[in-house]
Amino acid sequence: MGATIKAVTTREGTKPFAFSEAALAECRSIIARYPAERSKSALIPILHIAQSENDGWLSVNAMDAVAQVLGLKHIEVYEVASFYSMFNLHPVGTYHLEVCQTSPCMIRGSEKIVGHLSKKLGIQPGETTKDGMFTLKTVECLGSCGSAPMLQCGAKYYEDLTPEKVDAMLDAMRAENKRQTYTDR
Amino acid sequence: MGRKLLFEHITKPGIQGLEGYRANGGYRSVEKALKTMSPEAVVEEVKKSGLRGRGGAGFPTGMKWSFLAKPPGVPRHIVCNADESEPGTFKDRYLMERIPHLLVEGMITSGFALGAESGYIYIRGEYFYVHRILERAIAEAYAAGWLGKNILGSGFDFDLHMHIGAGAYICGEETALLESLEGKRGNPRIKPPFPAVKGLYDRPTVVNNVETIAAVVPIVNDGGEEYAKIGVGKSTGTKLISAGGNIKRPGVYEIELGITCDEFLNSDEYCGGIEGRALKAVVPGGSSVPIIPGELFLKTAAGETRLMTYESLSDGGFATGSMLGSGGFYAYNDAQCIVRSTWNHARFYHHESCGQCSPCREGTGWMEKLLHRIENGHGHMEDIDLLWDIQRRIEGNTICPLGDAAAWPVASAIRHFRDEFEYHVKYPTKVKDPDHFAKEPFKRELKASYA
Ligand SMILES: Cc1cc2nc3c(=O)[nH]c(=O)nc-3n(C[C@H](O)[C@H](O)[C@H](O)COP(=O)(O)O)c2cc1C
Ligand code: SF4
Ligand code: FES
Repeated sequence: MGATIKAVTTREGTKPFAFSEAALAECRSIIARYPAERSKSALIPILHIAQSENDGWLSVNAMDAVAQVLGLKHIEVYEVASFYSMFNLHPVGTYHLEVCQTSPCMIRGSEKIVGHLSKKLGIQPGETTKDGMFTLKTVECLGSCGSAPMLQCGAKYYEDLTPEKVDAMLDAMRAENKRQTYTDR
Repeated sequence: MGRKLLFEHITKPGIQGLEGYRANGGYRSVEKALKTMSPEAVVEEVKKSGLRGRGGAGFPTGMKWSFLAKPPGVPRHIVCNADESEPGTFKDRYLMERIPHLLVEGMITSGFALGAESGYIYIRGEYFYVHRILERAIAEAYAAGWLGKNILGSGFDFDLHMHIGAGAYICGEETALLESLEGKRGNPRIKPPFPAVKGLYDRPTVVNNVETIAAVVPIVNDGGEEYAKIGVGKSTGTKLISAGGNIKRPGVYEIELGITCDEFLNSDEYCGGIEGRALKAVVPGGSSVPIIPGELFLKTAAGETRLMTYESLSDGGFATGSMLGSGGFYAYNDAQCIVRSTWNHARFYHHESCGQCSPCREGTGWMEKLLHRIENGHGHMEDIDLLWDIQRRIEGNTICPLGDAAAWPVASAIRHFRDEFEYHVKYPTKVKDPDHFAKEPFKRELKASYA
């Protein structure tokens, strides 16, 4: 990454995206993990940073900024971003609730949790509440099958869920009203 | 109580940090290897230990290491597979979260044995918080001189880095993992060439599971022969089993290979038995291995006590056995519907297929649709035979083993629970209720041959 990089990109009519200084510093330290001519390796970690800095999703502008930072063609970034399930190519709610639905969780009642969330929020999996607060999504095994049913929101796992625990979680989220992203510390 | 090699100190206070880890004998294997052993001698100990890959395939680790190409002047890499996405498996997360330095130590000692210039730990994106724990452990190890240039004055240089994924089961397959680590889509590569010859950045690379690399630590500390004393036959040492499903005590357990399946399922040291109702079926090693009826898990078709070993669990082949796999164990009680679970498995593989091979891409989707139809009371008897036919045409006809992994759960469910599939076709109104077997458990006719 040379000094010549302009980390701001725009597309007419859409919200511009710019990496913060702190994010650019983190990008640099990530790129340093790989051999000099192999900086493309940093693409996925840097897409995570871009997503966190863009309200939890990857707009074209955000992806173009990543391409610029790494000196890649735009298509090289889009094709990777569209392959991985954690990259959201559309806006998501402040709280992106990803409920595991794979067999070991199903055995322990994940379908009831999805049903409960659906009813409480008035949305189906894949949808976002009108106020933009919650997106509900079903996902595959998150490596937490022993504490099933469970869901992920940002970097956090919510485990051994019951309808009561889900209600308490939703209340706490509404009160806090702060976006959760995977890269949260 | 069985012997613990990886989890011996896991509950000690401060074990997550370098100081607490050192106080409990941490990093001894690095000292021993770098100061008193040659790289070849370390490989020899791993060979003697009989350690087999803990990621699922069970390939002998020492042998894999000895295949690593060593062309002069070309850097080599060691990559740790911490993608852990096989449904039912959560052992690596537990280890990395609770005792992160064990993995860091294993990477250094293994890196020395292989003459690797650097190592990467590829961790699945969902484990972001575990990634932070490991980043911290790596920073501590650098600060204390366990990583970097001229470690312990031995002349050995080794760098270790974290790499985060972004949600894709297929990236657990080692060549897809390498593609992903290079910043690409996770499409498995055609083999050969194998990673041992052309791996990361086309350089010779060893890919090993988290648990495999952690096991190198006790092997170097105590010697391969000592490790091989635990276990039965070619299943040596200890194995982490992550246990879930309808059991009383879900969790991660370190077992000595060779304990009986009955002890594992029913003793209070491990799963504590089935919750509430009767045992119906077991998936012993992650969703990709064949599902077997409960009685076939406890005893082989020949009536012998089944053991938690690679050999015993696969006794009877796919006709009456299963596999130890990744150690992702889950059990079903008699409220569960095998058709529903098989549909769920099929949906998983369809969702996770990378799409390169048509038998896998199309076949998994077709199986998902057929199973959905049967489960919801719209199936026909011919659908069951069609399913059988589809899975057979996927198996063995794809670039990577995900195709087989998608076929086996369907094949084994039909093989052992065909009557339950037929019930769905015969009683469409009964199965419309998603809780159909919770109210009235399905009565399976036990096959006389393995009752
Ligand atoms: C579809 C698929 C998914 C896999 N997922 C994992 C995984 O999550 N973790 C893992 O260690 N190995 C996984 N493997 C096995 C790896 O390809 C490879 O064999 C393993 O990392 C080798 O390490 P080991 O010899 O130490 O077991 C997977 C294989 C396939 C075909
Ligand atoms: S078998 Fe499936 S996952 Fe594997 S390479 Fe082919 S399409 Fe991709
Ligand atoms: S099946 Fe849900 S976490 Fe594994």
